[in-house]
Amino acid sequence: MNLSKEQIEHIARLARLELSDEEFLKYGSQLSAVLDFIDQLKEVDIEGVEPTAQVTGLVNVWRKDAVVDCAETEREAALAEAPEIEERQVKVKRVLE
Amino acid sequence: MTFNTLTIKLAQEKLRAGEISSVDLTRACLDRIKAVNDKLNAALTVCEAEAIAEATRADERRVAGESGDLLGIPYFAKDNMMTKGVRTTASSKILENYIAPYDATIVARLREAGAVLLGKTNLDEFAHGSSTENSAYGTTRNPWDLARVPGGSSGGSAAAVAADMCLFALGTDTGGSIRCPAGFCGVVGLKPTYGRASRYGLIAMTSSTDVPGPLAKTVEDVAIVQRVISGKDRFDATTTDVAVPDYTADLDMNLNGLKIGLPEEYFTSGIEKGVRASIDQAIKKLAEMGAEMVKVSLPHTKYAVPVYYIITPSEVSSNLARHDGIRFGHSAKDGNHDITSVYTKSRGQGFGPEAKRRIMLGTYALSAGYYDAYYLRAQKVRTKIKEEMDKALENVDCLLTPVSPHIAFKIGEKAADPLAMYLEDIFVINASLAGLPAIAVPCGMSDSASGGTGPAGDGAGMMPVGMQLIGKRFDESMLFRIAHQYQSATNWYDKKPSL
Repeated sequence: MNLSKEQIEHIARLARLELSDEEFLKYGSQLSAVLDFIDQLKEVDIEGVEPTAQVTGLVNVWRKDAVVDCAETEREAALAEAPEIEERQVKVKRVLE
Repeated sequence: MTFNTLTIKLAQEKLRAGEISSVDLTRACLDRIKAVNDKLNAALTVCEAEAIAEATRADERRVAGESGDLLGIPYFAKDNMMTKGVRTTASSKILENYIAPYDATIVARLREAGAVLLGKTNLDEFAHGSSTENSAYGTTRNPWDLARVPGGSSGGSAAAVAADMCLFALGTDTGGSIRCPAGFCGVVGLKPTYGRASRYGLIAMTSSTDVPGPLAKTVEDVAIVQRVISGKDRFDATTTDVAVPDYTADLDMNLNGLKIGLPEEYFTSGIEKGVRASIDQAIKKLAEMGAEMVKVSLPHTKYAVPVYYIITPSEVSSNLARHDGIRFGHSAKDGNHDITSVYTKSRGQGFGPEAKRRIMLGTYALSAGYYDAYYLRAQKVRTKIKEEMDKALENVDCLLTPVSPHIAFKIGEKAADPLAMYLEDIFVINASLAGLPAIAVPCGMSDSASGGTGPAGDGAGMMPVGMQLIGKRFDESMLFRIAHQYQSATNWYDKKPSL
């Protein structure tokens, strides 16, 4: 399985990763090798087998849909991590044109 | 007396008897850290002042009448766990200056119990790896041989315990990341049942297999820690109501009448001679102690690695999407003309090669047109692997396998080939996919120079060999019992690396 440069570029775009030309080449061949290795899963008979979504067997774990306020110090600690703040809100570039 | 070499059990006896204080114990660990961390690079962050303050508080709590099992005991936390006010990097550049705003639940429980946080240990970036070489802050070295890896991804935690830098450490195990380094470094490490201990506050990797767990010098010590960190957590909906027993209660029960399954697929020709000899000797010992060995077969064992390396990257690609340079972490300053380039540049600059590989693999596997062929198929094969193991465990009390087909490899040996690195997890992934508890226990030393024809006596060039016991869901007590009995009848845990 050989991923083309276009396919790798597409994946990088979906994953929001900017890669150098060198990275494109290197990861391209490494990913292709891993996908080749994974191909052996085709040997397994999975007719009628349910996929494992989770291994706990738990169903519908509920909590109250209620607002729990943050302490001011917690709020400050969280905001302190953001690269750009304006009036105690995280500032981002325009998302809609 | 070098108090940092004590076990939790012995240290607690001395603390209760007033022979030592937690400050004494903590200072001994801090001195040891100063003496060896440059060589090992096990600890990324050391909280000296905070640790002394916590130790002082623990001593005060003792004077006030408290005497819990972990009161005043110093430990390290793997750097992919939130520790409030302390730098938490996941060994990535993308979180280089990130200060955790809250405690992970397991850290909070340890704090409540009075344990003293010494700092954070090194790991493969975002826990992606089996050697700790993927850390963005340099690899950790194996205390037994500085030219070899400590295993991964909890390599820093395992090395710290093996080198007596702490009395225990927390790790996480997603596909072997506690058991592998425990095996390579000659310490005890437990991967609990999935859902036994809370994942709240862990930097998520593979949400369907991630579990936090303890590494320590003895089985009893691991059992003591596991009791404190286990239990339902309202912040983690995948934790269960199953009662947390006193994990030290069954330790002294003998092994008469117990059945141990030996899955033939784990005893292949690819195992190094020294590892095989150590495991065979351990099997013989357990049989002498009253356990009956039963041959079992788990035919889908070989599909575990390919299944895992579809599921893991897929879940990773989702979990790492939050690192986008917006609310926290590295945010690219130059060349941003729009929001998309903030994402692509921050992530492109901040993530290491293995993280990027896994994100891309996962993105591909989950993308339109490929989901059925990859992720869905892998989850179906996973069902077969899980059912096969559950079925085998109906007839035995646990399964026994090597942790790894070989001793710790040399630094750099596998770093250039991602696939070779993935195959390191060959014996440990199955238990993760099934969500079963598994413990790694030292069971011998193998001669690295002669390519593993041990086990022979002591001496330079001898590397630890780890044995794995896989148990029934929530049956950690059985694992502790068998491992503790074995440990009491042998002396592997007495051995220390000479640093």
